[in-house]
Amino acid sequence: MKEDLVLPAPRESAAGGPGEPLLVAEGLTKHFPVKGGFPIRRTVGHVQAVDGIDLTVHSGESFGLVGESGCGKSTTGRLITRLLEPTGGKILYKGQDITHAKRKGLAPIRSEIQMIFQDPYSSLNPRQTVGKIISGPMEINGIDPAGGREKRVRELLEIVGLNPEHYNRFPHEFSGGQRQRIGVARALALEPKLIVADEPVSALDVSIQAQVVNLLQKVQKELGIAFLFIAHDLAVVRHFSQRVAVMYLGKVIEVGDRDSIYTRPRHPYTHALLSAVPEVTLTDEEGGTRERIRLAGDVPSPINPPSGCRFRTRCWKAQDKCASEVPPLVRIDGNRDGHLTACHFPEEPTIEARGQDVVLDPALAALEKPDKD
Amino acid sequence: MTTLTKTEDTPPPTGPEGFLSVRDLSVRFATEDGVVKAVDGLSFDVERGRTLGIVGESGSGKSVTNLTILGLHNPHSTTIDGEIVFDGKELITATERELEQLRGNRIAMIFQDPLTAMSPYYTVGRQIAEPFRKHTGASKQEAWNRAVEMLGKVGIPNPAQRAKDYPHQFSGGMRQRAMIAMALVCDPDLLIADEPTTALDVTVQAQILDLLKDLQQEFGSAIVFITHDLGVIADVADDIMVMYAGSAVERGSTDQVLRAPRHPYTWGLLNSMPRLDSDLSAALAPIPGTPPSLLNPPSGCRFHPRCTFQDRVGGNRCVTERPLLGADRSSACHLTTEQKRSIFIEEIRPRLG
Repeated sequence: MKEDLVLPAPRESAAGGPGEPLLVAEGLTKHFPVKGGFPIRRTVGHVQAVDGIDLTVHSGESFGLVGESGCGKSTTGRLITRLLEPTGGKILYKGQDITHAKRKGLAPIRSEIQMIFQDPYSSLNPRQTVGKIISGPMEINGIDPAGGREKRVRELLEIVGLNPEHYNRFPHEFSGGQRQRIGVARALALEPKLIVADEPVSALDVSIQAQVVNLLQKVQKELGIAFLFIAHDLAVVRHFSQRVAVMYLGKVIEVGDRDSIYTRPRHPYTHALLSAVPEVTLTDEEGGTRERIRLAGDVPSPINPPSGCRFRTRCWKAQDKCASEVPPLVRIDGNRDGHLTACHFPEEPTIEARGQDVVLDPALAALEKPDKD
Repeated sequence: MTTLTKTEDTPPPTGPEGFLSVRDLSVRFATEDGVVKAVDGLSFDVERGRTLGIVGESGSGKSVTNLTILGLHNPHSTTIDGEIVFDGKELITATERELEQLRGNRIAMIFQDPLTAMSPYYTVGRQIAEPFRKHTGASKQEAWNRAVEMLGKVGIPNPAQRAKDYPHQFSGGMRQRAMIAMALVCDPDLLIADEPTTALDVTVQAQILDLLKDLQQEFGSAIVFITHDLGVIADVADDIMVMYAGSAVERGSTDQVLRAPRHPYTWGLLNSMPRLDSDLSAALAPIPGTPPSLLNPPSGCRFHPRCTFQDRVGGNRCVTERPLLGADRSSACHLTTEQKRSIFIEEIRPRLG
């Protein structure tokens, strides 16, 4: 496997750099019906997977979307690629409304928005050769690059660090990391402007993850492709993304540039999330330890989410207002430009340890109490 | 295996030292493609009240080792050599009956995926009560009360009611708590936790890890904690053993292994893992290549095809001679201790930011 990547010069379109919004989602909503009852199966409720989120991805930018399982981050990715039909809201791609665009209207856009999937074992057709898999998108879109498709596929294989001679092999002959590289090559085949990467490294081993993260980063920077990077691993997202949005139960609760989210978070959930990441501390001299917040229980069901602020049932600052009023996603006092938080009672913008740990878990509180006396 | 030599600088496996000691364990599976050497010459000790963290990638043999301790491999297709001594009792030669008395009683296990590890057919309370009844001879009612008590202890709200629920009615975090309750119901002396938090969300993972630590303080059991996540290991373990391709490559206390690691593989793991405080200007430094197949592992040092430091050893010792892991603080690498120290300080540490 080649470690030095050979990349072609950035395309002209990327020269504009991050700036104009490439993709805008406004109030994007997806509710899945829940069927139940006998003998006639009626819709008895809705899973509010994504419930009115606003996102803007600028061209050439890497935008991270983090959250725990079931918060709607993958659904968001699938809505944006229009693999799912939104229930409400709007998706604008380059100013063009594609929310409910039909097959014909989507055709030219499909080639510009590509996706990389989580599981490299189920996202490649086992009966097709690597060459067929990667040239598939070109075939469907009737693209004939100069020098033929095969030459282009070999180029792409080289870009993603695979041997061009692997053209005629089948997916099962490759390891997980190599398969994910094939997935990346397929996504690059149509020279997209936006790649939605849904947990692209979480199925890979630790030592392989870094190889793929580096590859994606190189592709993003040198080809100027915008990325919507969906992941649950906060450290990987921090490494990859310039701007980050944090989701909780179908809502974006905080969004901002990397620095704001990771060092100056305001939403209690972002605080809790950051403090929960287990970390290797390499030295003891680094001043100040991180805060410790232990939430109680799990994420509530998105079928019947809490009223008002959805985090209030697990929040240590919740008051009556949180139950009655949905906090808007706005810039609050003390936030930097572009750092928006949806909270009535935001936290201090620091991740330093606080006087007293926040331990909401009753079992932990009970077990730890004797120590403190 | 012409190049395998016996350990010289470690005390020979004369007898059990730790509460659990594993000596020169090797596990082989016969498969259609050949013999898989899943574990090869592994030795370690765990003391009461301490936590040993075993880190490694998938296929490094960490889970196989622990299933061997519990005697859970199919004896027809598995060849096991070496010794496993638990509190003075040899486990490899133990009969099924003797093992049954240990499992769930003195040695308990927490599995990765609680949904598949619990039976969907019985209530959670009944599943927790069952090992207690079997091992203590308690009555149905006593065992049920004990189950409810344990559920309360691990933080299930309203335990008397929830004990009557089935596993699918629990959320992922609660199921893992129920698993922990089941594992601890007989006050085990040794708890084996095989990736207990990998399937969980990070906020729930933090709760479970803290819960395990707090419960260990209360029960005083020894824990073997298996994971692929160095951050998790740093959080829970007292000692660390790093595994690669079926054998241990480095061991020491958590501080020693994470702050002054001595094996190129451990360096690679630390370098390739993004952290919340790592330097963002530098790219991650992944370990080149992929883990080897255990059907036909590399000669000499198993890590040599991926190691970037083998030219510093001189000759081709890395290819021909298998480096051995000593007892206590050591690493299985042909570099001299001085070389390891200076390479880490001068070349690896700065990149970690």
